[in-house]
Amino acid sequence: MSGREAILAKVRASLKAQPEDGPRLAAVERRMAKPPRGVIPARGQLSPEGRVELFASLAEKFATTVARVRDPADVPEAVAAYLRSRNLPSAIRLGADKRLAGMPWQGQRAMEVRTGPSDGNDEAGVSHAFAAVAETGTLVLVSGRDNPSTVNFLPEHHIVVLNAGDVDGDLETALAKVRKSFGRGKMPRTVNLITGPSRSGDIEQKIILGAHGPRALHVILVGA
Amino acid sequence: MQITSPEFKANSRAALADAQLQKALVNVRTGFIEKRQKAVDALPEFDRLRDSARDIKNHVLENLDLYLEAYEKKVVQSGGHVHWAQTAEDARGAILDICRKANARVVTKGKSMITEEIALNDFLESHGITPVETDLGEYIIQLRGEHPSHIIAPAVHLNKEQVEEDFRRVHDHLAPGRDLSEPEALLGEARRVLRSRYFEADVGITGANFLVAETGTSIIVTNEGNGDLTQILPRVHIVVASIEKIVPTLEDASQVLRVLARSATGQDMSVYTTLSTGPRRATDVDGPDEYHVILLDNGRSAMLGTEFQDMLRCIRCGACMNHCPVYHAVGGHAYGWVYPGPMGAVLTPSLIGVAKGGHLPNASTFCGRCESVCPMKIPLPRMMRHWREREFERGLNPGVARYGLSFWAFFARRPKLYRLASAIGIPLLSFATFGRKRLAWLPFAGGWTKFRDLPMPESRTFMQQFRDRDATTKQAAR
Ligand code: SF4
Repeated sequence: MSGREAILAKVRASLKAQPEDGPRLAAVERRMAKPPRGVIPARGQLSPEGRVELFASLAEKFATTVARVRDPADVPEAVAAYLRSRNLPSAIRLGADKRLAGMPWQGQRAMEVRTGPSDGNDEAGVSHAFAAVAETGTLVLVSGRDNPSTVNFLPEHHIVVLNAGDVDGDLETALAKVRKSFGRGKMPRTVNLITGPSRSGDIEQKIILGAHGPRALHVILVGA
Repeated sequence: MQITSPEFKANSRAALADAQLQKALVNVRTGFIEKRQKAVDALPEFDRLRDSARDIKNHVLENLDLYLEAYEKKVVQSGGHVHWAQTAEDARGAILDICRKANARVVTKGKSMITEEIALNDFLESHGITPVETDLGEYIIQLRGEHPSHIIAPAVHLNKEQVEEDFRRVHDHLAPGRDLSEPEALLGEARRVLRSRYFEADVGITGANFLVAETGTSIIVTNEGNGDLTQILPRVHIVVASIEKIVPTLEDASQVLRVLARSATGQDMSVYTTLSTGPRRATDVDGPDEYHVILLDNGRSAMLGTEFQDMLRCIRCGACMNHCPVYHAVGGHAYGWVYPGPMGAVLTPSLIGVAKGGHLPNASTFCGRCESVCPMKIPLPRMMRHWREREFERGLNPGVARYGLSFWAFFARRPKLYRLASAIGIPLLSFATFGRKRLAWLPFAGGWTKFRDLPMPESRTFMQQFRDRDATTKQAAR
């Protein structure tokens, strides 16, 4: 008997269950197709503006910095301002996201814009968020050519562009959006839910920012 | 890993006498408890979420066979592989096979209690493969040749001076005069040293907090980002997870995530919650080429349908040990195997047998704090009692305890005699304290009084007091 058959047989024996149990299987399939609505915290159930404000205040509470711009065209200048304020070289890494590519980077003459996945030699990476979750100040990023996962983790500074209209109230809504965009039962290789810059509390329980991921996380909120 | 659970008593004695350990344990008593309380107070729905999380897991456990099959189907559809492992040995063998096919020499690892359970590091090393722990706490204890003393804070038993000493010893290519006095400097050094290891590794191994049946997704929850670098940089990603990690859908994962970080570290959300599904897609520019899941049973299927089934709801948040007076006193290593604290006291006998782990359920004061903070509402004290009963039935506990209990039982079954004996015994004890509030020593119970005082008994028995109270209340009612 293979490991698979043996484990399933043991589980069934313990549960006193039958393998081809039609009604039980139907119940499980139904449960997966239509999960019950669980407990959704009231704190995120706000108007679109309220969600943006809650997201920003919680993100800041967890050590993310937040800047606001009116228009996507303002993003390159906001990125340049962030790099200057941190005394960073004027260079960024970004993926092939069309929303980012459509921004006027050429207006930042001195800025070097490298595209593709990060190789670990970038001081700053720029990503576009798929969504955000107001209830916890969390960013939702999906992997792919547009926003490679390495850009989220290897640079010292991670700058994330977020459309104000993409801020959801709760985690369930944000993940349902991933499902809708990629298809039921399908997922991108990686979905990163990011709440603040990386940190560790492993030495004497003292929280220190900048563990293995970025030391700093900066959100540029567009249209808020 | 050598199991020393049967020596829990001796381990505890050593732990109590260890000044470094006692200093470090203060961090558990203060930090964790306060942070959790704050996070819980800030979420009015917390208790209802605990019920929701409990119900989700109960439903999964009742249908675990079907969910495992559904999950496997989705992993395969997304291009991944599932390896079913009945035992630790099966799991190690499957991992070694994958590593060999990948010609792996260096393997990076995210934090994973399951790989501790199957003693993976020693095994890989004995086969010429170098495992590199990348979580800061795990990295530190790997350098020391130790094991985690806490399921989410593996190095909580250490002080920064001890870490500094280890870094100076192991990172001997760095300037000896460098300043490592503060945790910031220690973390910075670990970050630099480990960066190159991520790129060197051929295989990255992580655990999983959840496996989502609907999508074939594995989820890890971390703060450092090491689990992410471990799985996106090497060519091969292996997830090692036990069979009870399944949740039906993304919505169910969301429900349980809400109670996980709050119970563990008092965060609303951990910094990184990462959902991984299959290997990189044709259009991806990074991520692993191969994705494997090792599904480990190792005794869990036998817990289903028994009084220990509820334990399989555990999400490894660590709240029970953070709130446990026994853990506070002796730390995690005294428990002698992978899982310490109340959850370890229940789980260890199930996984390694009552003969080896049967002592641990005695490491309880039955104060009930573990159950009251457990986000999954696992009745830990009740299950410890079940183990004690089983241990007693099998005649495994030490002679003194058996003798003492039979002695007590003799009186307990004879209420009149019991009352008489306590009416004589209690004033006697009372006399022995010479008017002090506590007894520091008791004949035949030196082991017990060595580390704690016996509070001075009331000078009258419970029954005597009860009768008086009863009389007073009746009088007052008149
Ligand atoms: S038993 Fe409960 S409190 Fe303890 S680790 Fe498991 S889920 Fe957390």
